[in-house]
Order: sequence, then C-alpha cells, then structure tokens
Amino acid sequence: MSSKSQEDALEALAASRWRVAAVLTVATLVAYFGFILLVAFNKPLMGHQIAPGLSVGILLGAVVIVTAWALTGIYMIWANGKYDRALSQLRR
Amino acid sequence: MNPTSTPGTQLGQPNSTAIFFFLLFVGVTLGITYWAARKTKTTSEFFAAGGGVSALQNGFALAGDYMSAASFLGIAGLVAMSGFDGLIYSVGWLVGWPVVTFLIAEPLRNLGKYTFADVVAYRLKQTPVRLAAALGTLTVVSFYLIAQMVGAGNLIHLLFGLSYEVAVVIVGAVMILYVLFGGMIATTWVQIVKAVLLLAGASALAGAVLYKFGFNPLALFNEAATQYGAQTLAPGALVSNPLETISLGLALMFGTAGLPHILMRFYTVPNAKAARSSVFYATGLIGYFYLVTFILGFGASVLVGRQAITSVDKGGNMAAPMLAEVVGGTGFLGFISAVAFATILAVVAGLTLSGAAALSHDLWSSVVRKGEAPEHEQLKVARLASLFLGVLAVVLGVAFKGQNVAFMVGLAFAIAASANFPALLLSMAWKKFTTYGAVSSMLTGSFSAVLLIFLSPTVQVDLLKNTSALFPLKNPGIITMPLAFVVGVLVSLLFPERESSERFAEVKHRMHMGAVQPPVPVAAKVAAATSKATPPPTPSKA
Repeated sequence: MSSKSQEDALEALAASRWRVAAVLTVATLVAYFGFILLVAFNKPLMGHQIAPGLSVGILLGAVVIVTAWALTGIYMIWANGKYDRALSQLRR
Repeated sequence: MNPTSTPGTQLGQPNSTAIFFFLLFVGVTLGITYWAARKTKTTSEFFAAGGGVSALQNGFALAGDYMSAASFLGIAGLVAMSGFDGLIYSVGWLVGWPVVTFLIAEPLRNLGKYTFADVVAYRLKQTPVRLAAALGTLTVVSFYLIAQMVGAGNLIHLLFGLSYEVAVVIVGAVMILYVLFGGMIATTWVQIVKAVLLLAGASALAGAVLYKFGFNPLALFNEAATQYGAQTLAPGALVSNPLETISLGLALMFGTAGLPHILMRFYTVPNAKAARSSVFYATGLIGYFYLVTFILGFGASVLVGRQAITSVDKGGNMAAPMLAEVVGGTGFLGFISAVAFATILAVVAGLTLSGAAALSHDLWSSVVRKGEAPEHEQLKVARLASLFLGVLAVVLGVAFKGQNVAFMVGLAFAIAASANFPALLLSMAWKKFTTYGAVSSMLTGSFSAVLLIFLSPTVQVDLLKNTSALFPLKNPGIITMPLAFVVGVLVSLLFPERESSERFAEVKHRMHMGAVQPPVPVAAKVAAATSKATPPPTPSKA
C-alpha cells in the first residue's frame, strides 16, 4: 500500500470511528436526558405503578442503566470487529 | 449524633468482626504492597503499572477506583430516605462511563503516558498546557480528597467508634504506604480487592434482603410503598428545578470523562483494545452495583426503618451497615463496615497517585526539567509528591472536620467536566486547536466552575448563611462546560498555531494506530523539526 492511500484509509477509518462514537454518545445523552426530563416534567407518569411496586420511574431508571452498558457493548463489538480488522489491514 | 448511645444496634461499638476483617484487609493489601514495591523500579511501573494490567483486571480496578463510600453508603441512604430519588443519582453516576468508552479511553491510551495532560500537550507548547492541566487536575483531586477524607473520618467514627482524627490519620497512613511503596501496581490490586469485596458484600446483603421477599424486588418495593406511601416510588423533592437537574446531569455525565484518577487507569493496560474492553467491564460492574444499591436502600427503609436510620446519622449514611446488622447480625455488620473502610482507602489511593503524577510528571519533569530529568530522579520526585499529597490529605481531612463537604464531590465533577474534558476532547478531535485555546479553555473551566459554586446557594446560603445567592444553580455545569468549549474554540480561531495543526496528522495516526509507529514520512519530519520545542512523549512499553 502506498503511503498516500494508507493516509486516506486512516483518514476514513478515523472519521468512521468518530462517527460511531458520536452516534453512541448522542444515544446515551438521549436516554439519560429523556429520563431526567421525564422526572422533571412528568412526575405523575413516573410515579404510575405498572404492577404493584413497579413504577414507570423505577423501570425506566433500570432501563437507562442497562442501556448505558448495552451501548458500551455495542461499541465494543463494532470496534473489536470492523474497526480492529481495518486497523490491522492498515498496519500491514 | 453520638453513635454509642443508640439502642438496639452494635454500630459505633468496637466490633471484633469489623476489626478482624479490617485488619485482614490491611494485612493482605500491605502484603500486596510489599510484593508490588519490589516490582516498582521505574516511573512507568510507579504510575502505570508498567502497562501490564489486563483488561478484566483494569475493569475491576476502574470500578474500585470509582465506587466511593459516597455511592455505596450515600446512595443506599438516599434511597432508604427518599426512595426513587436515589436512582436519579445512580443513573447520573453511571452514564458518564459510556462517554468515557466512546470518546476518551482509546485515544487517551494511545496518545499519553501517565496523565491526561500528555494528550492535551502532545502537539502544543508543553509548559503553558502542562501548567493549566496540572491546575485542573490538582483542583479536582483536592476537592475530591477533602470529601473522601472528611467522609472517611465521619464514617469510621460512626462505624467503629474511633475518634474522627484517628480515623483520618489511619486512612492517610495506610494509603501513603500503598502509594509510596507500591505505586500503581499496589493501588491497582487494592482497587481490585476492594471492588470484589464491595460487590460481594453488596450482593450478599441484597440477596439476604430479597430472600425475605421471595427474591422478588417488586414485593420489596411494594412493601416500601405500603409503609411510606406510593410517592416513595415516584420522583420527589430532589428534582424541583429542571434546569438544576440538567446542570447536575451534565456535570456527572462529562465529569467522569475528566476525572484524573479515572483517566490515569487507562495507561495501565497494554493497548487501546484492552482500554476499550476494560471500560466495558467497569461499566457493567458499576451499573450492577448501582442496581444492587437500590435494593439495599429499599431493604433498609423496610427492614430497618427510616426513623432508626436517621437516629444514627441524619444523612442516612448508615442505612446499609444497619441493614447488614438486621439481616446478618453483628458479624455481617462487621464485614460491611470493613468493606466501607476498604472502599475509602482504594479511592483515596487512586486520587493521591493521580495528583502525584500531575506534580511530578507534568510540573517537575515536563515544566521544570523540560523532559531532561533522569529516570531515578523522576521516580524520586514521584514518591516525594505522593508523600506530600498523602500528608496534605490528612491535614485537609482534619482541617475540614465538621464541615458539610458533600457538595465538594459535585464540585469536583463540575470542574472535571469544565476544565479537563473540553480541552481533552478538542485536543484529540479538532485540528485547529491551539496552545492558547487549550490554556484559556482549561483556566476558564476551572475558574468559572469554582467561582459559580462559590456564588451558588450551596456556599452562600447553606454554608455562609446568607439569605440569597448571586448564582441561582447549585451545580454550574450547564454554564461552565459550554463556556470552556466556546472559549477554547474562539481563542484557537483568533490565534491560529500552524505547528499544532501541522502535527495533527501525527496525532491522528498515533491516536488510532498506537505508539508503535511504522514510518510516516510527513509526521516524522514535522516531529523532528519541532522536537526541540515540544518533545513528543516517549512511547510507552506497549
């Protein structure tokens, strides 16, 4: 691979990593601030019990925690697969 | 608030199980420190464990570094006292981790050596950037340390009945032994052991609670709602001002990505891939821990009772230990108390080490000695800096006795989000970032956050007893973090720095490919031409 095309490939790879990172960061922001804004502006909904003992707020809080972890998992799967393969191609 | 006068609980009495477990923990960790000390011969081993920590180990160590007594005892207490509201904090403290994973962990690992200033200063002028970054680091570390030490003094006084000062000195002395002799290797293992103990202790406690409710958390929540009303499962007084909540949320979310003791841990793994995996493990462990804490809080409110909890500590901090006594007797109380002690030790050790890195690596080696200091001198200065910070932590802990320092953790997060995070992100992602931009962004972030907190109701009304505060919000993150970004960008655009944007290609290459550099003609030439003014960080062991 010539150094010029290698530069271009790295450029593209860097751009795609930042794109994935940005999308996932925004997803985290949406999940978290969605939760916070509901807490702030719709207390009755958050206090509503779907089942005895389970309010919407508790459910969503747990969902945000699990989502946050799942998003890091999605990133890891993408990075360990596609991203690392492209990196090792570049290193060659 | 004299713990020994509380009827019906062994809390605050010298508890033989607690003392046994505590001595066992200190004995084992000091043994580890002895072993680590013999392996710590270079600065890289002292600050980064020689890059030899595995991803899973670092995941546990990150969790151990982050899960403070405030999150264990504090959140359990908050949930016990106000139910659902505690979950708002748990969620806030967790969502910073995905941000660290996506934006920070890998670039940081590839670009830096011991501190986040390595990354910010990579293509900029070393001296001004290191000075500003060290200021940000030391401010965050100091406030965080004060909060931990004062918390330690109070908690240990409540848990073991020791005097406040004795407790602070014990925590300080043991922590100094870890850091001074064992450096990052000992600190890492202390954090791993603590994380395992804390997770195991909290899980066992939650299991014992859930056992009483047929392993159905909903039955537990329902019982709490029966005892304290349905509003305990709904948002309460914590979120009265939406703007305030968003501001706190921003500080918690982006502050984690600017905490020096957390960022430093990414240098202990061999490569970017391990850094990535370690945050994934850490996020899972911390998320699980917060879910468990939620069970503990409700368990305490139902099985111990809110009144009994506040009769021991008005803040509710004793909810988890009291719950342990109710479900498992004095022995379990002793175990959980010892775990709380271990928790504090692991956090202060991490904080002290990151402060020492700023003092010795950023200020001494880079600014004073311009990168010319020989290895043995760097290691000596690093140890002196740890000793100095350890003693300072004890002095500050004693000086702030009796003060309400809970706001200081919030302050530390706000400064981290405003002073450290914007400059760190811009230096990795924006070609046109400059020395002036970085320095002005970090200084603006630090000073605006400290100033606005000083003018906030927390200090003006709660602490100084004034009737009103100039700045209406308790947490300034919503103003100070965007401000630091704007200042950093504007100043960079007003005073462009050709050298910095020319070296961005090199940054980009190393950020993705790691420090092992195949020949890159352009970047290498630029590096060679500029190496006099800005010595590139030497590649780490990776």
